[in-house]
Amino acid sequence: MNHLKPNMFKIFWLETKYEFFKSLRIPAFAISTIAFPTIFYVMFGLSFNQGLLGKLNTATYYLASYGTFGVIGSALFGFGVGIASERGQGWMRLKRASPMPPLAYFFAKLMVSVVFGAAIVILLTVLGSVFGNVDLSFLQIIKLLAALILGTIPFASMGMALGYLAGPNSAPAIVNLFYLPMAFASGLWVPIQFLPKIVKQIAPFLAPYHLSKLAFAAVGARPDNATWQHIGVLLVYTIVFLILAVFLYRRDDGKTYG
Amino acid sequence: MSEIVAELKKVDKNYGKIKALKNLNLKVYKGEVIALLGPNGAGKTTAINLLLGLLRPNNGQVRVFGQDPKNANNRNRTGVMLQIPGIPETLKVREHIKLFSSYYPKPMSLPAVLAATGLESLENRLYGKLSGGQKQRLHLALALCGDPDLLFLDEPTTGLDVTSRRALWEQVRKITKSGKTVVLTTHYIEEAESLADKVVLIKQGEIIAEGSPSEIKAITAATKIRLITKIAHQDIKAMPAVRSVSYNGVATEILASKAEGVVLELLQTDKSIHGLEVRTAGLEDAFLALTQKKVA
Repeated sequence: MNHLKPNMFKIFWLETKYEFFKSLRIPAFAISTIAFPTIFYVMFGLSFNQGLLGKLNTATYYLASYGTFGVIGSALFGFGVGIASERGQGWMRLKRASPMPPLAYFFAKLMVSVVFGAAIVILLTVLGSVFGNVDLSFLQIIKLLAALILGTIPFASMGMALGYLAGPNSAPAIVNLFYLPMAFASGLWVPIQFLPKIVKQIAPFLAPYHLSKLAFAAVGARPDNATWQHIGVLLVYTIVFLILAVFLYRRDDGKTYG
Repeated sequence: MSEIVAELKKVDKNYGKIKALKNLNLKVYKGEVIALLGPNGAGKTTAINLLLGLLRPNNGQVRVFGQDPKNANNRNRTGVMLQIPGIPETLKVREHIKLFSSYYPKPMSLPAVLAATGLESLENRLYGKLSGGQKQRLHLALALCGDPDLLFLDEPTTGLDVTSRRALWEQVRKITKSGKTVVLTTHYIEEAESLADKVVLIKQGEIIAEGSPSEIKAITAATKIRLITKIAHQDIKAMPAVRSVSYNGVATEILASKAEGVVLELLQTDKSIHGLEVRTAGLEDAFLALTQKKVA
């Protein structure tokens, strides 16, 4: 009687479903994660033609770079700001006192980040195809989506660590402080070849730079023969931040707020 | 005789240099409703967090259902209402309950939870749109939805107005009748009296008294007499029923278990008495008297 098991599938399903409802009902989250990359793409990728960037036309180049930017934002905000505010509310403490499997909570957040990220990539692809000269094959679109969806994982783990480091009120500012400079220095806003030398030297140490390289390859950029190197750096980022997040999660044990 | 459901054995808990709990022993028996009563900062919430496995003691042992409180099966049998600022505002009452219910192996049905907490007409309302009392009722619903054997209610009515407080007591009383073991913390003596079978008085991390609500009421019931007088403090202290005497810079303050005799004697001794005030002492005063007595 006491050893009845709750239905794990149901827990993961409900946790994910309600994570969606919760996020969709916060207009600030839904709008800002989707609107920012879209506006940037329309402004920089579709409004004026900069000719060929590498092997790619302007609209296709920026589809990959702002797609990367969007996916990263969805993961960093969903995890970073979400976890920090739920810690602040005490919802996290209530859940930790309950028999909820902690993995269900993180799985739900990952699913929401992935779906928001995919929605951004699809929206930009449609905009680029209709209003710009994006002409991707179905296979290329699938490759782009696959690269960016898997690319959510390192930023989800980074967001998780930030969510445990930041306070509920400072979290949006702290996440932006990571997100925006990192995106800029990785060449997601302005192509890396136009950036100062010092930034070019920093970029290879930043995760978004490597994810964007995978996205460029997916939409037909000249192969740089460093795919595994990019994947390797992203893996290292994932592992380092995951370890940090687990450490901070444990430290959070028994901490009270307010 | 009865089964011990939860226990703190010689527990010390420190936050840095602050000693939140000092060598505390507490036994909770099956089916009883026990209230930890004390002023803010007494260590009540620390005791609850230890029993929930959210904190570890520095010394001593914590046992729930005979096991470590972090044991997964314990969590299945435990429901909690914590003192928290809130839960996500953009989920509906119904959604919050359904989600929490899914964590438990044999949850109550949604209609049963809604009925037990009086939330039937609010099931489709977003949490963010609820009043303070309604929010607390939803927190209670989340504690209850897993049909737990052991229920922790940490200051369930703090911050509520009198009407909402009484309404919540009514819900809690219904639940306690069902035979669940309940550990409640509060700093309202009426709350402990109205809900509990046993009351444990805690002050500065130590248990200073325990007993039935009426016993505790008798210990803590006191009157505060305030007056300006020339009578020496030691003379006042010697009077029967006087528990403590102090001087606040303006007037003399006397804590007494019964006021009438003391006032009569004071007036007979000193004709110049003025500024006389007599009122029921608060819990803080009663606590002060109790601890002073212990030291003396």
